[in-house]
Amino acid sequence: MAKKTTGSNSISRRRLLTTASAGAVLAASPFRINLLQAQESTIKVGFPVPLTGPYGTEAQDQVRAAEVAIAEFNEGGGLNGRKAELLVRDDKLNPGEAATRTLELIEKEKVNFIVGSLSASVQLAVNNVTKERGIIYNSISQSDEINEAKDFSKYTFHEALTPHLTAGAVGRYAFPKFGKKVAFLTADYAYGHEMVRGFQEAGKAFGVESLIDVRHPLGTTDFSTLLPRIQALKPDILVISNFGRDQQIALKQATDFGMKKSMKIVAPILLYTGRLAAGAQAFEGVIGGTSYYWGIEDKLASAKAFNDRFRKMHGGKVPSDYGALGYAGVKALLMGAKAAGSLDTDKVIAAVEALKYDYYKGPEYYRKCDHQAVQSVLIIESKSTPQKGDADVFNVIATEEPNEKNLRTCEALGHKS
Amino acid sequence: MAGLSFDLIALQLFTGLALGAIYVLFAIGLSLIFGMLTVVNFAHGAFYMVGAYVGLFLLSLGGNFWLCLVAVPLIVGTIGLVVERFLIRPLYGRGIDYPLLLTFGLSYVMVELIRIAFGKSGYPFDTPEILQGAVNIGVGYFPLYRLFVIGIAAAVLLGLWLFLERTSFGLIIRAGARDPQIVRVLGVNVSRVWLFVFGIGSGIAGLAGLLAAPLQGAIPEMGATILAEAFVVTVVGGMGSIGGAVIAGLLVGVVVSMTSLFAPEMAKVSIFALMAIVLLIRPQGFFGRAGLMS
Repeated sequence: MAKKTTGSNSISRRRLLTTASAGAVLAASPFRINLLQAQESTIKVGFPVPLTGPYGTEAQDQVRAAEVAIAEFNEGGGLNGRKAELLVRDDKLNPGEAATRTLELIEKEKVNFIVGSLSASVQLAVNNVTKERGIIYNSISQSDEINEAKDFSKYTFHEALTPHLTAGAVGRYAFPKFGKKVAFLTADYAYGHEMVRGFQEAGKAFGVESLIDVRHPLGTTDFSTLLPRIQALKPDILVISNFGRDQQIALKQATDFGMKKSMKIVAPILLYTGRLAAGAQAFEGVIGGTSYYWGIEDKLASAKAFNDRFRKMHGGKVPSDYGALGYAGVKALLMGAKAAGSLDTDKVIAAVEALKYDYYKGPEYYRKCDHQAVQSVLIIESKSTPQKGDADVFNVIATEEPNEKNLRTCEALGHKS
Repeated sequence: MAGLSFDLIALQLFTGLALGAIYVLFAIGLSLIFGMLTVVNFAHGAFYMVGAYVGLFLLSLGGNFWLCLVAVPLIVGTIGLVVERFLIRPLYGRGIDYPLLLTFGLSYVMVELIRIAFGKSGYPFDTPEILQGAVNIGVGYFPLYRLFVIGIAAAVLLGLWLFLERTSFGLIIRAGARDPQIVRVLGVNVSRVWLFVFGIGSGIAGLAGLLAAPLQGAIPEMGATILAEAFVVTVVGGMGSIGGAVIAGLLVGVVVSMTSLFAPEMAKVSIFALMAIVLLIRPQGFFGRAGLMS
């Protein structure tokens, strides 16, 4: 802006000030803000996951997979041109923190959907916030409770497996094969209790005898004091129900004590990330369940497409089991919005309920009464040595096809028909 | 409780001894450092953890486990020497709080450095091939590696005992633990003695970390829990007493093990109950010096 050469300082400063303040008023005016919003209004997906803490590795993989879902949606044209974005937050595996982050995502960031978290208690905390605020929430970790009538709401969806389904599937495979005398080593919190209950209910049909259920606190690093007692009872099967690092250490120490020689070790879930962290020897020969293993891409086109996209976006890595849930959880809601043609909550809910999809692991749909994703459970066994590269860690030895009968009934969960 | 046989109890006792062996190695350094330097070393757990990671690093360079057994305590001990000389020595004479806070902060720094260098998830640590598998010790199958840990701990204790009882430097250390003032009056360079005591204590802690790694893997946080348990051991055994650290370490291991047999949820808490009982009956611990904290 040209200055008057003979103008006194006060005049040009005043002009500068008035111009600047006029500009500021214009910039802050509602008129300009509306222009901005109309151009950039993205579909916001809030993603609270425990980036720090013992499940950090799994959570980070969920973020990576969710990014794949967002990218695919945006490239596919989005919702009538509106793109989606992912807002990741760290809930630190703490229910209070998760509730705060979720509230912040809803109130401050004005998210349209929430997808997350890991751990049964944290997802219940998130669900409490979302159902109160009327925001659709897709939970991506194991829980029996979130389907129950007292926690459920029409805004709640559950893409992940339930302990009842997972433990049941593994039990139905293992009990007829390996024997009736079963010992349990269980992490003493909701996940462990629900898994044991799932195994014992499935075991009734096979006449399974539950010899002992040894409970250990979360975060135990030395199981040596718990194992002799289990060995003395001479079980056919040892079911170890814990997660993350607890699982890695328990399997390693059970191997050290030579327990694999006299009994079959079974876990409700075998984590891909856990196997990589613990090494082949600890996991060798252990049988477990999982929602997803990248190796099924040989037989399933949707898995191959997902894996390839993930490899392309993330340096050749393959997605883990929990990671894939991050993908499916986000994609289901975005696809529902696309099918509904709008972001209106009730319309999206109806669209997601009607979805019949195969995004990465075969056919799935959401059961009406509790919005539980009805899907397959893969039974896997850990290999002693990888043959086709470091990621070749599991063999899929059986697949339990999607069947509502394997879930807890709507009535048992408290839903009125 | 069904199936409580002599074999099971004996096997459980043995498990307790194996647990205790690690506690003993770890607590000796802690007790020595407190007894001689009057420093509450909150970084002791970090040295333990660094020992495991140094072992991992040496193995990745192509070394073997036996080499690590010698190299790790030397390397971690040297780090301890540096820490004492430049971080802790300037704080002597200012009371018990300053070195405590310093070592506390140092533990955070060390954990973060390891996280940055090696990542947050931790690494598996394979048991050396020769030591894999379980042996029948008469009452049941027991991991060979845990027997090895008991053996190494005993060897280190023997070496330490010989050093303290049969060398003049060891004599100075024992005298300094008994009465630092008099030792200084007698013209001994106490600063140099303390430097080496800190180094030796840290080195043994590093060795304990290396030995523990095949049992549970190496994670950056592995020093935190054992530090809390080690404080119980040193309090029960008596601060400054090596014999006390040995007996208390084994006792704590056995208490945890036997409690696990009857009430696994109470196992971790049981050691604090033990500490409370001992403190009520004998506040300075089994072999501690009365009035050490004042």
